[in-house]
Amino acid sequence: MKLTLKIWRQKNAKVKGTFVTYKMDDVAPEMSFLEMLDALNKKLVEEDKDPVAFDHDCREGICGSCGMYINGHPHGPVPAVTTCHLSMRYFKEGETIWIEPWRAKPFPVIKDLIVDRSAFDKIQIAGGFISINAGAAPEANSILAQKKKSDEAFDSSICIGCGACVAACKNASAMLFISAKISQFALLPQGRVEAKERVRAMVEKMDELGFGSCSNTGACEAECPKQIKLTNIARLNREYYKAY
Amino acid sequence: MKSSHDKNLTVNISYPMNKHIFSSLSKKFMMALAGLFLLLFLPVHLIINLMLLKSVPEPFNRAAHFMATFPVIKIIEIVLFIAILIHIFWGIFLQIQNWLARPVGYAGGNKSETSFFSRFTIWTGSTILIFLVLHFINFYFIRLGLVPGHPENFYLTAHNLFKIPAYNYIYLVCFVLLGLHLFHAFSSAFRTLGLNHRIWTPVVNVVAWIYAILIPAGFAFISLTLWLFR
Repeated sequence: MKLTLKIWRQKNAKVKGTFVTYKMDDVAPEMSFLEMLDALNKKLVEEDKDPVAFDHDCREGICGSCGMYINGHPHGPVPAVTTCHLSMRYFKEGETIWIEPWRAKPFPVIKDLIVDRSAFDKIQIAGGFISINAGAAPEANSILAQKKKSDEAFDSSICIGCGACVAACKNASAMLFISAKISQFALLPQGRVEAKERVRAMVEKMDELGFGSCSNTGACEAECPKQIKLTNIARLNREYYKAY
Repeated sequence: MKSSHDKNLTVNISYPMNKHIFSSLSKKFMMALAGLFLLLFLPVHLIINLMLLKSVPEPFNRAAHFMATFPVIKIIEIVLFIAILIHIFWGIFLQIQNWLARPVGYAGGNKSETSFFSRFTIWTGSTILIFLVLHFINFYFIRLGLVPGHPENFYLTAHNLFKIPAYNYIYLVCFVLLGLHLFHAFSSAFRTLGLNHRIWTPVVNVVAWIYAILIPAGFAFISLTLWLFR
């Protein structure tokens, strides 16, 4: 496959970035998007040029490291996949692909396509956990949980914190992320103990970091590689008002 | 004794209340509540306006007089104004914050599948605000004595206004935009209030669609009838 890549290049957070055009002549359709970028970087290194910096780790769609904005979509135009699982077969011969970093004030660019997502860590540190005594695993059936609710909690807990929701949202809102983190605890008895303090602390941190607010447009749900549902946002709102 | 390390591992309980009241979620809550209250007002206004279609002015003028003088309505009117102000103020405030949250836009555009009209609520809302100002100049300010007119004969004032083609154009455009605003806003308000239900949320969505079509269509029908057939 022949492709034209328009990639955002930016040396660091302080300097201005720009799009640089790269021509690729020998992209195999079975390559993943990251493998295609690896091929580009190999070429750039051989030409003694600076390779394109991008985040990646597991390449199995579960770590949430790889995240880039491809042709107007976070993680590219295919629903429910991360960038590492995006196959080049979904692109057309001769296509021009625009590749950009996540754009949000709380996610400043570190270099090229890598953004600083520690804002998510800060939100998690504010309350995204339960305070328990560590030690031997307790008896599993001593605290009963309804099957339906534990399934829902699990569906929320599969959020990998990649930031696609923030990238997709017209307001750069982190509501889907936080709602998933709130839901995974709020639905289970172990999480109810600190539910009020948790939701207050996480929302406060979200506001403090400069994320936008939720307009219920649904872009986050449409782009989430783990298909986290908007119903979580309704639950987050509910939990927040209950915490008054 | 607790070390500083332990302290980091418990959720912060000493949470100041003012941060709670003025958080983005609380602002959205106020906006949604105010918006839903405004939704209750529109059908009442429409029912009274339908009396403009009668050939005699008395029923409409009586209704207008009742609305202007009945004490309970007076109280509701104050609540209504507060609701309008809250909805507009927080709406603009949050929109500016939202713009600031993304200082650099996307060159590749934003092609995510969204509730289409949700992208334009600030613009449809702003147009409705401009219309509201015009509406107040035409009617409410007459009642307050700020602009000349017949405070006891709004039937005549309305009929005269609807004879002006330009007024009808503005009126119709504004009500189309109101419909687009409501298309998203009605059901969105419920999610903002934290209300979500397996059965009732789809029902609310259908009601929202019907409301967003019927109410603006009703106002537009009056405008078109008075303009073209009277």
